[in-house]
Amino acid sequence: MRTTANRLKVVAALALAALVTSGCERPPIDEVQGGYRGTAMVQMYNPRVVAAQAANNTVPVAQAAAAEGGPLAGTVYQNVQVLGGLSIGEFSRTMLAITEWVAPKEQGCAYCHEGANFADDAKYTKVVARKMLQMTQKINADWKPHVQATGVTCYTCHRGKPVPEYVWFKDVDNTAAGGLGNRAGQNQSTAAINGSSLPSDPFSPFLLGSEPIRFTGDSALPAGNRKSIKQAEWTFALMTHMSQGLGVNCTYCHNSRAFNDWSQSPPQRTTAYYGIRMARALNNEFMVPLTDVFPAHRKGPGGDVAKLNCATCHQGAYKPLYGASMLKDYVTALAAPVPPPVVAPPVEAPPAEGEAAPAATPAETSSTGDAPAGVKQPG
Amino acid sequence: MAEYQNIFTRVQVTAPPYPGVPLPNDGSIGGRDGKPFLQHLIGKFGDAQIGPIYLGWTGVTSILFGFIAFEIIGLNMLASVGWNWIEFVRQLPWLALEPPPPSYGLGMPPLNQGGWWLIAGFFLTASVLLWWLRTYQRAKAHGMGPHISWAFGAAIWLYLVLGFFRPILMGSWGEAVPFGIFPHLDWTAAFSIRYGNLFYNPFHMLSIAFLYGATLLFAMHAATILAVSRYGGERELEQIVDRGTASERAALFWRWTMGFNATMESVHRWAWWFAILCPITGGIGILLTGTVVDNWYLWGIKHHIVAAYPQVWAAPTVDPSTLPGAAP
Repeated sequence: MRTTANRLKVVAALALAALVTSGCERPPIDEVQGGYRGTAMVQMYNPRVVAAQAANNTVPVAQAAAAEGGPLAGTVYQNVQVLGGLSIGEFSRTMLAITEWVAPKEQGCAYCHEGANFADDAKYTKVVARKMLQMTQKINADWKPHVQATGVTCYTCHRGKPVPEYVWFKDVDNTAAGGLGNRAGQNQSTAAINGSSLPSDPFSPFLLGSEPIRFTGDSALPAGNRKSIKQAEWTFALMTHMSQGLGVNCTYCHNSRAFNDWSQSPPQRTTAYYGIRMARALNNEFMVPLTDVFPAHRKGPGGDVAKLNCATCHQGAYKPLYGASMLKDYVTALAAPVPPPVVAPPVEAPPAEGEAAPAATPAETSSTGDAPAGVKQPG
Repeated sequence: MAEYQNIFTRVQVTAPPYPGVPLPNDGSIGGRDGKPFLQHLIGKFGDAQIGPIYLGWTGVTSILFGFIAFEIIGLNMLASVGWNWIEFVRQLPWLALEPPPPSYGLGMPPLNQGGWWLIAGFFLTASVLLWWLRTYQRAKAHGMGPHISWAFGAAIWLYLVLGFFRPILMGSWGEAVPFGIFPHLDWTAAFSIRYGNLFYNPFHMLSIAFLYGATLLFAMHAATILAVSRYGGERELEQIVDRGTASERAALFWRWTMGFNATMESVHRWAWWFAILCPITGGIGILLTGTVVDNWYLWGIKHHIVAAYPQVWAAPTVDPSTLPGAAP
């Protein structure tokens, strides 16, 4: 009888120990010091977690280099609006790469291209892909303060999936409408804010809108800074997302004794500053205009288009793909907008911005212009 | 054979339940209600006798008002998950009743824009103050000093600073704390960051010193008494009449190890002051934040309490928004 009771106690003690330590990670933990000693500016890495993430951060083998020369894709194929200036060799290997990076294995080219007529824009995925190509070129050409020379490719976000793993939609919170139970945008545990009770959608104000992120005053005594604690919580939520998205802690970019002080901040904070602006610009310039292109099942509960945040590219790594550059193998196609092929005086003005509405977009040919504007190419 | 041990003991002394000593002023038992009984499990933690209990009008109204506040907070939490009990239990640590947006200032906002928070705060405050009055009155009726009420009052001071005095001075109920488990912790972190790091607030420093000091004193005192309980050190009456073996040993131990010892009385004064000064100094620190000081880190620089560290990066990082042509 006594033995049974003692056994039960042992079992209970073990269960309690398991419960208490279930949120812990066992040592050893690797530490990387990033600031002066004694300031706790240290990144912690669990080598077992890092090992588990390694596969997701492995770069796929690049497509074989294209032969030099050859005719330009825009003069051979129809309706090549973005990459028409590439040689057909470079164009083909880029298309193959995109298929590998984005399209589901069982669908391949057919994920974006309709039947036998690859020029047809019938599938929304093709219209989206075109916009995304322009976005990739824009990032690599104009957002160097954030992506440096490493650059991005479709794979940076997509990692072999048609929809990137980490995207965000606007929070649909209607609790303010009723008589009670207003969440005030907070108190809803989501992974993007590391399970905290901070505002669960810090992206709408900061990565879509441009609400002020800074709230700390720059004088010791009150001098007109009326930012509230609630505003601080919204910024706190965005920062928590950045920490979570990059797999780093606050001290990767800040000296936590004075979060706002730039002179004590590691240089990574500058990169992050441009990252916030980049995400905001890309959401407004590329994602929002695609809202009507996407079918309903690809949209959020509020009918908004999927948008990007820090985790979309970083996926838990301090640098996407641990800083490996895939762009170096696709410089011609993705490093900057490709100049269109020089052809006879065009019938129509060359396509510019605003290609979001596929129905209204003429299926153009860059070569001879023998297709009447507004008429789809026959299948 | 049951044996007495002073960390975990299997011995439980029982005596017939009794209503307690009569009140000193009128000799009555002063409205103590209920027939007392013994409960073995409770006896594992304290006295095995349950009851009698005194409620009085302060106790009844305090419990009533506390229940109203509890219900307002709980029903708002339940409404925030669409009246789904499973989600309510699952998300409970994250749920909260939030104070009004700062835009409402000190005005009365609509119920679902913080109005419920104000009403819940009113009832909770009334409940706490009535309970405080009860502790004061019972101590007086019993011929005791009011030490417990003043200690409780110290905690109430901090509570009122956070939810009442400071928001009024700041001109916005939105500065106050949400009612919620994790939300009030996230609020605390955001509060510190908003006002430039509370660690540089000297009253916060004092509060922490008293907090840790109080736990240290509590551990020292409790350990001392337990250590001499084998000589009857915990037995109040004997120690008062004759400070024999247990008390002498306890005193000698500290005099021996650190040259100085508290007395049977003074150790409780130490503990009481440390304990009440924790929320009193903490409350002062909170009250000064935002009202008198906006950025404690810069205040610390101004008063030379911030350590300077060497620059470890190639060049000091520059705020990109100050560069020419910067985006906002």
